[in-house]
Amino acid sequence: MAEGQEKAAPRTDKGLMGVVNWFDDRFPLMETWNYHMARYWAPKNFNFWYYFGVLSMVVLVIQLLTGLWLTMSYVPSGEGAFASVEYIMRDVEYGWLLRYLHSTGASAFFVVVYLHMFRGMMYGSYRKPRELLWLIGMAIFVALMAEGFFGYLLPWGNMSYWGAQVIVSLVGAIPVIGPDLMEWVRGDFLMSGITLNRFFALHVIALPLVLVMLVFVHIVALHHVGSNNPDGVEIKKNKDANGIPVDGIPFHPYYTIGHDLPAIVMFLILFCLVVFYAPEMGGYFLEKPNFEMADPLKTPDHIAPVWYYTPFYAMLRAATYPLFGIPAKFWGFVVMAGAIVVPAVLPWLDRSPVKSMRYKGMISKAMLGLFVICFFILGYLGTIAPSPEATLLAQICTAIYFAYFVLMPWYTRVEKTKPVPDRVTT
Amino acid sequence: MSSSESATGGTNSEPQPSSIETTGFNKQRRYFLIGASAAVGGVGIGFAAVPFVASWSPSAKARALGAPVTLDISKLRPGEMLGPTPAWRGQPIFVVNRQPDALERLEAPNDDLADPDSDNGEMQPEYAQNPWRSKRPEIGVYIGLCTHLGCSPKPFFAVEPEPFDANWQGGFFCPCHGSRFDMAGRVVKGVPAPDNLPVPPYRFVSDTVLIIGEDEGSA
Repeated sequence: MAEGQEKAAPRTDKGLMGVVNWFDDRFPLMETWNYHMARYWAPKNFNFWYYFGVLSMVVLVIQLLTGLWLTMSYVPSGEGAFASVEYIMRDVEYGWLLRYLHSTGASAFFVVVYLHMFRGMMYGSYRKPRELLWLIGMAIFVALMAEGFFGYLLPWGNMSYWGAQVIVSLVGAIPVIGPDLMEWVRGDFLMSGITLNRFFALHVIALPLVLVMLVFVHIVALHHVGSNNPDGVEIKKNKDANGIPVDGIPFHPYYTIGHDLPAIVMFLILFCLVVFYAPEMGGYFLEKPNFEMADPLKTPDHIAPVWYYTPFYAMLRAATYPLFGIPAKFWGFVVMAGAIVVPAVLPWLDRSPVKSMRYKGMISKAMLGLFVICFFILGYLGTIAPSPEATLLAQICTAIYFAYFVLMPWYTRVEKTKPVPDRVTT
Repeated sequence: MSSSESATGGTNSEPQPSSIETTGFNKQRRYFLIGASAAVGGVGIGFAAVPFVASWSPSAKARALGAPVTLDISKLRPGEMLGPTPAWRGQPIFVVNRQPDALERLEAPNDDLADPDSDNGEMQPEYAQNPWRSKRPEIGVYIGLCTHLGCSPKPFFAVEPEPFDANWQGGFFCPCHGSRFDMAGRVVKGVPAPDNLPVPPYRFVSDTVLIIGEDEGSA
């Protein structure tokens, strides 16, 4: 690399370099650029699964930008919200596009984040020294779920209303303090314009700030410990005379231009196809009852959350037995919350001597496969009306979902692993 | 602190601060001050949190809108439910007229019910602790929100087989998660809803006028 030359280059204060140097004397400009981009050594064997981190950031920018513009025409009140969304759709110039970008962006966010998390699970990216990186990521995931939930109420359609009613009612399932807490969360005796207004504030100010800050520390933590890779080999253990990992290449330009840019273009093409040709995605991205205004006296015939919550919603409904004298709905709440946060303890559950699925044994591979299958089945079950058969299937899948985590300390220790190479493979 | 140099192996050649850090400072005094500041600051944060937390409670306006409502039930027809559904505190109120045959079914002992005598739950006043769960047997008044997750159940008053129950005796069915209630809003065993439909405080002003939101006790 250009390591030696860079240091030797004499300082010139002419032209563009003069401007850079002026800043450099007052702000760590090149130092930051080098630390995070030009001299951040990323493993040379990144593959398809390493697109989704940067794509998450692309979607975050889309959401921040379109969201900011939507607030310029949206009215956060019980009387005005629904009409203002129709106003955006019909009367605001390109309002339809801004809204469809934002609603499709919400679904796209979860697509890329789920794939990003799966990548981490597959290649053991949560293992030491990346435990904190993983925890920050989990915090982003939880904040993102809250952000989506608060945002979903804002169109004030009938599905927005009753979907939020169901989830807020979960708070009421907490023994003793539940009912009062529910009233406090809603600020009223029912979901009302008051609730809408505070959800709006949380959606457009509180959670975006939290999300942006968490994403920032996520990247800082990543660049401190260095990226994992499909082999789970620590490239920092094998450095050349200049202290540069032999299996590392500079993040810029190799990954920025060579890897991520084409992926971003491909992603944006797919994204625009959805925005322009299927923004409602057959009722999965924008649900049909939501084209009717919120009616506190009339529940839609069938309540289902948006697709990205359905696996957890199915687990919520799968809890049908009261335990210890506490009603089943509280346990449903516990199961759902547990399912969302349990991946956070993965770094301490995985006892395998190897990181990557490439070198783990058959049980790990089978468990991860089962886990993914169950996640998809639960996702489907969450969209359909409950029936005894569906509930039983949901219970089985919920058990497997948790078994993947609970049994991990055991199966990662007993299985036979393959030897890990010293260097990354290509 | 001063040990940072060795940790980073940095090249900065600033002199080691030979300051108060290393010369004798009063450790105990320092810890006391840190502890006292933290305690006072903590109490301050606690007080400062009060307005932020309290502002989320129902406002005076919301409480005023939750005041009792007067309801004319002269248009309630035999064997039917008052429609359009009236609201109290924005919640749907089910006012049901039950004919003698329905009352007979309510009074018959029923093993399928989770709480036939209305013993559990918070919103079941004394006058709800009878087979028809109401002040006047023929008029039932309930809050039409499922005790599971707050969907509004739908009336299915005809005694005929339904997709959700082949032996249906009339009552309410919640489409969200399949909870079932009888004509007195009593929950059936083995459904997600834990409690009977709540009975709001109410009183009769005359035979056809009801006040929802207060009863003789609270008026």
